[in-house]
Amino acid sequence: MKLTLNVWRQPASQAPGKLETYTLDGVSADMSFLEMFDLLNEQLTTEGKVPVAFAHDCREGICGSCSMMINGQAHGPWAGAATCQLHMRAFKDGDIITVEPWRASAFPIVKDLVVNRGSFDRIIQAGGYVSVNTGGARDANSILIGKDTVEEAMDAAACIGCGACVAACPNASASLFTGAKITHLGMLPQGQPERDTRALAMVEQMDIEGFGHCTLVGECQEACPKEISIDVIKKMNRDYLVASAKRQEPKAASAS
Amino acid sequence: MLDLNAKIPSGPLQEKWDQHRFSMKLVNPANKRRHSVIVVGAGLAGASAAATMSELGYKVSCFVYHDTPRRAHSIAAQGGINAAKNYQNDGDSIRRLFYDTIKGGDFRAREANVYRLAQLSVNIIDQCVAQGVPFAREYGGLLANRSFGGAQVSRTFYARGQTGQQLLLGAYSALERQVSLKGVEMHTFEEMLDVVVVDGHARGIVTRNLLTGKITSHAADAVVLATGGYGNVFYLSTNAMLSNTTATWRAYKKGAAFANPCYTQIHPTCIPVSGDHQSKLTLMSESLRNDGRVWVPIKRGDNREPSAIPEAERDYFLERKYPSFGNLAPRDISSRAAKEACDDGRGVGPGGLGVYLDFADAIKRLGKNTIAERYGNLFDMYQRITDENPYERPMRIYPAVHYTMGGLWVDYNLMSSIPGLHVAGEANFSDHGANRLGASALMQGLADGYFVLPYTIGDYIAGTKLAKVDNTHAEFKAAEESVRAQTKRFLDIKGKRSVDSFHKELGKIMWEYCGMARTKEGLTKALELIPALKAEFWSNLNVPGSGDNLNQALENAGRVADFIELGELMCRDALAREESCGGHFRVEYQDAGEAKRNDDDFAYVAAWEFAGEGNAPILNKEPLVYENVHLSTRSYK
Ligand SMILES: Cc1cc2nc3c(=O)[nH]c(=O)nc-3n(C[C@H](O)[C@H](O)[C@H](O)COP(=O)(O)OP(=O)(O)OC[C@H]3O[C@@H](n4cnc5c(N)ncnc54)[C@H](O)[C@@H]3O)c2cc1C
Ligand code: SF4
Ligand code: FES
Repeated sequence: MKLTLNVWRQPASQAPGKLETYTLDGVSADMSFLEMFDLLNEQLTTEGKVPVAFAHDCREGICGSCSMMINGQAHGPWAGAATCQLHMRAFKDGDIITVEPWRASAFPIVKDLVVNRGSFDRIIQAGGYVSVNTGGARDANSILIGKDTVEEAMDAAACIGCGACVAACPNASASLFTGAKITHLGMLPQGQPERDTRALAMVEQMDIEGFGHCTLVGECQEACPKEISIDVIKKMNRDYLVASAKRQEPKAASAS
Repeated sequence: MLDLNAKIPSGPLQEKWDQHRFSMKLVNPANKRRHSVIVVGAGLAGASAAATMSELGYKVSCFVYHDTPRRAHSIAAQGGINAAKNYQNDGDSIRRLFYDTIKGGDFRAREANVYRLAQLSVNIIDQCVAQGVPFAREYGGLLANRSFGGAQVSRTFYARGQTGQQLLLGAYSALERQVSLKGVEMHTFEEMLDVVVVDGHARGIVTRNLLTGKITSHAADAVVLATGGYGNVFYLSTNAMLSNTTATWRAYKKGAAFANPCYTQIHPTCIPVSGDHQSKLTLMSESLRNDGRVWVPIKRGDNREPSAIPEAERDYFLERKYPSFGNLAPRDISSRAAKEACDDGRGVGPGGLGVYLDFADAIKRLGKNTIAERYGNLFDMYQRITDENPYERPMRIYPAVHYTMGGLWVDYNLMSSIPGLHVAGEANFSDHGANRLGASALMQGLADGYFVLPYTIGDYIAGTKLAKVDNTHAEFKAAEESVRAQTKRFLDIKGKRSVDSFHKELGKIMWEYCGMARTKEGLTKALELIPALKAEFWSNLNVPGSGDNLNQALENAGRVADFIELGELMCRDALAREESCGGHFRVEYQDAGEAKRNDDDFAYVAAWEFAGEGNAPILNKEPLVYENVHLSTRSYK
């Protein structure tokens, strides 16, 4: 099939960007969206132009690299799929497709479609872990965890850190991402000792990074390639409230 | 000639690691923070090593070309990780895991390393669970296990089809914790392009920042490469697209021996190629073979719908040829059997390059729900890619390049032939032999990173007198200069062909002549084609753009340049190994279709030494000595 592509081109972080239009022929329905971009880049290179920079790696929906706003939808029209899993059979001959990078001030644009999602790492650094050093862990079967509990933890742990939730959210909130990690660890016995400090620190780090507040619009859940449920945000809010309340209590106690 | 002393500790197999740990020198805890270690890579091996060394007190710097350590290729592993826990009471033990791994590797791995791996496997699971890795559980709350190719016991731990992801997130979170505690300085978007050797010791690296193009160098007391495998030399593989050999190849050129480069693992269950546009191949986890049955039509060219082919006209070739392992036969065996069926004209799907993996019986026996619960995400993935519904129609699968058992040569301490340069995970050659059984790479990466390197690096640091060196040393400046010159050279060629087109062409040569079956004739041919391709690459490459910002074509140019040279070495290695073993199948050496090993002449590790541009590399041999297992013909019948 033949397509018209409007692609965001921005040579560098600080440089101005704009949409450029390209026509591309010979696209097969079996191609993934990224393979279609490979074809475009091969064409641009032959024409002596600079190819489009886009992030990718695993090309099977698990590394969370690929990130494209396709016709206004994060990762494009297929539900529960990252851009690399989207196949061209989702489109038809003659379609016009607009492709832009994630837009959020906490994800500065690096070039063209590539943004820097380092802010996600810093949210994890704030407490998205169990503080356990290597060695000396007790036998794995001495911690019993019910099947349902572990399944629910796994649902949340499946987040690939792609940032689609942020890009889809009108407030550019990182709550689905952060809530997923807080829920994953909060469901498990191993995560309990640090549950309060984790919730406080991670939520506060979101603010520091410049992500917006969550108003439960729900766009994040729609855009998420791993279908993380918005319930994780409710869990996060609850943990945060509980932890904030506890944070105030000891202070009052020591004052008296 | 290199001194390939593997430094295997003496004493009985079971006690080697214990004794070695006791004899290793220790660094005084108060002194550890005065010692710095560079870790390149933050996949399972790198992230676990960097986090653990920081916990011990070393000053660690960690480098990745990714935007965050969580994207390392390890994230993609699906099926699971082995450990000799014997939780299922089905007869597993450290000894059995050891034996299965040695046998699986077709007796081309080192006994002592493999035994240590089996011992440490037990601690890995404990460590990961403590970190919060949500492994699958039984209703009573205990850990669940499944069986995997090449094993008759259920020793594989898994987290849905996303085991690698969950293990990596565990290691990544340990790493991020150390970053927040300022024990690890993390450098993202930073690609290592050279190792710096001062007075015979690895003392640092040169990197290029992918966002700014800035070239800098970094000094340390020891360097760890945990940079993954080189399967992408074939262009099409199950590896992540950015996986490459640059770190290991540049280290080779600085004096680190490259061991067994020709050992490539082909995975039997991948989605077949759909066209020329294809950029990578998608693996369908081997765990599918627990319930799926592999077959092709008995008649050649039978292109009826699979449902229209009656039982009696189907050949369940794995069950027929290997009755005791059946569909769970190891990867090299299953892959070769599939290729044979297709070469015989009985393949299915477009181009006849595919065999069926059929779940109809399992669905009948267990119900669709159980199958969906076990493999749902894989089925969805398959449907998205092929537009076919595997609940209704058998999957089509075909073998694909998956893992490289070769890598930089290391001794028992995981140190390469350059003192101070350690290598972990898929980047080293050490534990797998000529084949790797399923669920053992994750195990090796984590064993290396959590439990081996943190000790052996301490031993190296405590036992070596290192002069004070910083990145103003002449060797650093020289390495930076050569990296700058190479970058400029790529941009200056201004030829006509894209980097990708060279990579694809190399991949075709490699698959054709150094793939699932190799012949003297084919390898000789490849050794003519590759140098010609190399010459064209350096005269007709087109890298658009500049070197001072994000330029993916430029990054790739460096990687493909290295792949071309590595490809040549792989063919040389395959040609020199006149036997068949594991993933290395030389057509001339077979016994009715089964690999025919030659232990008298080839029970060695082939460690290639760089002899300067334009000179043939030197083959060094480390003899493999088997004291505890009997070298037998590998049989899965
Ligand atoms: C699809 C798939 C499924 C798999 N499933 C399983 C499974 O079920 N069980 C199993 O045991 N194994 C499995 N494997 C194999 C296993 O995943 C890998 O062998 C293993 O994860 C490799 O880990 P690693 O830490 O050595 O390297 P990687 O995870 O590849 O990490 C390499 C790291 O090095 C960095 N790096 C590389 N070069 C440079 C450079 N020049 N400069 C800076 N940074 C650099 C990268 O950024 C990355 O952080 C699977 C593999 C694939 C492809
Ligand atoms: S929550 Fe979903 S959309 Fe957000 S980062 Fe994770 S996987 Fe991506
Ligand atoms: S490229 Fe890895 S998720 Fe898309």
